[in-house]
Amino acid sequence: MNRRESLKALGLTAISTGVLLQACKPGTDKNETAVNEESVPEAGREKFEVERNKSLHAAKFFNENEMATITILADIIIPKDGQSGSASDAKVPEFIEFIVKDIPSHQVPMRGGLKWLDLHSFNRFKKSFKDASAQQQIEIVDDIAYPNKVKPGMEPGVAFFNKMRDLTASGFFTSEIGVKDLGYVGNTPNKWTGVPTDVLKQYGLENV
Amino acid sequence: MNEFQIKNSDVEYDAIIVGSGAGGGMAGYVLANAGQKVLMLEAGAYFDPRVDAHQLKWPWESPRRGASTVRPFGDFDASYGGWELEGEPYTQKEGTEFAWFRSRMLGGRTNHWGRISLRMGPDDFKCKDGLTDDWPITYQDLKPFYDKVDRLVGIYGTVEGIENEPDGIFMAPPKPRLNELFITRAAKKTGVKVIPGRGSVLTEALPGNKDRSPCFYCGQCGRGCKVYGDFSASSCLVIPAVKTGNLTVITNAMVREVLTDKAGLATGVSYVDKNSLEEHQVKGKIVILGASACESARLLLNSKSAAHPNGLANNSNVVGKYLHDSTGASLSGFLPQLLDRKRYNEDGVGSVHIYSPWWLDNKNLDFPRGYHIEYGGGMGMPSYGFGGGIQNRNGKVAGKDGKMKEAGGYGAGLKDDYRRFFGTGIGMAGRGTAIARETNYCEIDNNVVDKYGIPVLRFHYKWAKEEINQAKHMQETFQELFHTMGGIVTSPVHGPENNYGLEAPGKIIHEVGTVRMGDDPKNSALNKYCQAHDCKNLFVVDAAPFVQQGDKNATWTILALSMRTAEYILAEKKKLNLS
Repeated sequence: MNRRESLKALGLTAISTGVLLQACKPGTDKNETAVNEESVPEAGREKFEVERNKSLHAAKFFNENEMATITILADIIIPKDGQSGSASDAKVPEFIEFIVKDIPSHQVPMRGGLKWLDLHSFNRFKKSFKDASAQQQIEIVDDIAYPNKVKPGMEPGVAFFNKMRDLTASGFFTSEIGVKDLGYVGNTPNKWTGVPTDVLKQYGLENV
Repeated sequence: MNEFQIKNSDVEYDAIIVGSGAGGGMAGYVLANAGQKVLMLEAGAYFDPRVDAHQLKWPWESPRRGASTVRPFGDFDASYGGWELEGEPYTQKEGTEFAWFRSRMLGGRTNHWGRISLRMGPDDFKCKDGLTDDWPITYQDLKPFYDKVDRLVGIYGTVEGIENEPDGIFMAPPKPRLNELFITRAAKKTGVKVIPGRGSVLTEALPGNKDRSPCFYCGQCGRGCKVYGDFSASSCLVIPAVKTGNLTVITNAMVREVLTDKAGLATGVSYVDKNSLEEHQVKGKIVILGASACESARLLLNSKSAAHPNGLANNSNVVGKYLHDSTGASLSGFLPQLLDRKRYNEDGVGSVHIYSPWWLDNKNLDFPRGYHIEYGGGMGMPSYGFGGGIQNRNGKVAGKDGKMKEAGGYGAGLKDDYRRFFGTGIGMAGRGTAIARETNYCEIDNNVVDKYGIPVLRFHYKWAKEEINQAKHMQETFQELFHTMGGIVTSPVHGPENNYGLEAPGKIIHEVGTVRMGDDPKNSALNKYCQAHDCKNLFVVDAAPFVQQGDKNATWTILALSMRTAEYILAEKKKLNLS
């Protein structure tokens, strides 16, 4: 693989490299304006929290190729089914973009993991993960989705996929779609009167 | 401000209270209701749960979905502050570790606490094994005040007649959840005692109180309650006390030191306004510290004068010493029999529905004092971290087709696993008695100041075999309970290499003991009414006066002690022993 091919496979064309570096640069003019704007007071929030959220929203971490790859992976992990929509329907990729800025310890494993994935895909199929066929993508995922039967050399992919799976689950099941899918019916005023009778009976706990 | 100046107020208050948490809040409530003109200084912001609580918000209303990035107990938690405060460091000594949680807000840490409201028992005040120093008071001395706190604040529980777990005046407790019934059944088999929880949540209307409504069972006490259905010092004490017209509260007021006159009596305090950075001095006939155990010790040690060269109330040299936090260790996992469970609302209350008071005799064990167990689990509202590490669970049980699954995975099958596992989790956490030792302490670090120029605290705290062996016993008990239930443990199983999962001191946020009471001024800072031996118009009403904490959470005892101290102050004023 020559340098141009590698860069392309990794989504790092000259243009996107520039975008990426710009996005990573702290305190670009645009961001500073956003931070310096007088924050609207929000009940129950300290001023620094409101400002922090604002500046995180204004910053950009993942580039287009990375976001596209995250979206494909998230929908492989949590697809649409008879009960609810997919991870991207629930805006999981947008959540992941936010959370890696909020929790910077996610940044290197995510960026590095995505690079590992693209490089692996290129070596295997001469295409970045995003540009590989759906069948090729699944072949790769099959090799990194099952930690207990990992093949030698694939460990970094497993570690990345574990993280990607966790972030996807967090993002999906804390969305409106996901909470409904799960059947969580609380967070509303009610009167707790104990375990329903049919449930007590189901588990034989009537006399405990 | 170009020129340095100190703003002096001519008003002399009957009392100045530093801190607005359980201790300061109760003292302010009692004194203001008795007609005393009181000034309360709070180092943090104003907070009224009715307005500021994030109660009933959904996870998607937080961009981090409730993650604990900014607030240690999650984005919706009530607490302003945490383990680290910007510009307000603390230091550690000789490689030891102490974690110090500071809530800077009206009501302090009572805004986010677990509402678990336990009385200390007779043996906690006067020990039977002779290992630790006795309190200058007995359970019987404090009992009338525990009773009054129960009536004033409201608490649920059941009368059990356990000698060292004294009963209170209880409302009906919430019924156990499904996972708690499994725990109760397993505990019976293993000989671990399980009883209904004891929490300061109104499961019934509080007689005579029109400002607070009963609990509506969202299980979110830690976010603060908009109907004041649980106890926090802001909603139950400080805000009602302000309504008497006798209590003035100044927020964002960081107290520097207690001021004294030539005779050594307290005359007021100096503080810095955190917003304007202006310096202030205010006058009071009495000064009452309720800034939290360590912050009150810091204030006293920083209040040096000709009359008190070793720091105020510190002729005994005990201020800062005997620091102790509850021990803590935990285990978690899931119950396979709860897979695919029926959905219904089991949020319940935000405190414990059941718990295990200490049930064994330490004479037969290799550690001297006991612990209680708190249990968690159920179909709670999803938050950041939901479904995390599914690969450590879904390979351990059969799928719907009865065949074992390969751990991990993706796709429709994985999506269904998340649904199947919802509400199967169980957590157990022990909270035990740690020994109060002179060698565990906080002191002033003379080399470091905070951003207001106030010298900071340096901590020195080591666990010993009394605590480590207790944590070992906790782990064995939790594993036995899991085994008996047929549960599967998924958290790391701890061993001697990390003290059996014993949390670092401070982590349980029950730190007490730094300005201890006693009858002998040579080895205690306060008398039995929490009045300084060396300065009769100075009182401490937080957890600093505790001589030796039991395995019980500190708040109910802080409230009872503070009420007793405030009533003592009123009685002494009547007798003209205090001006």
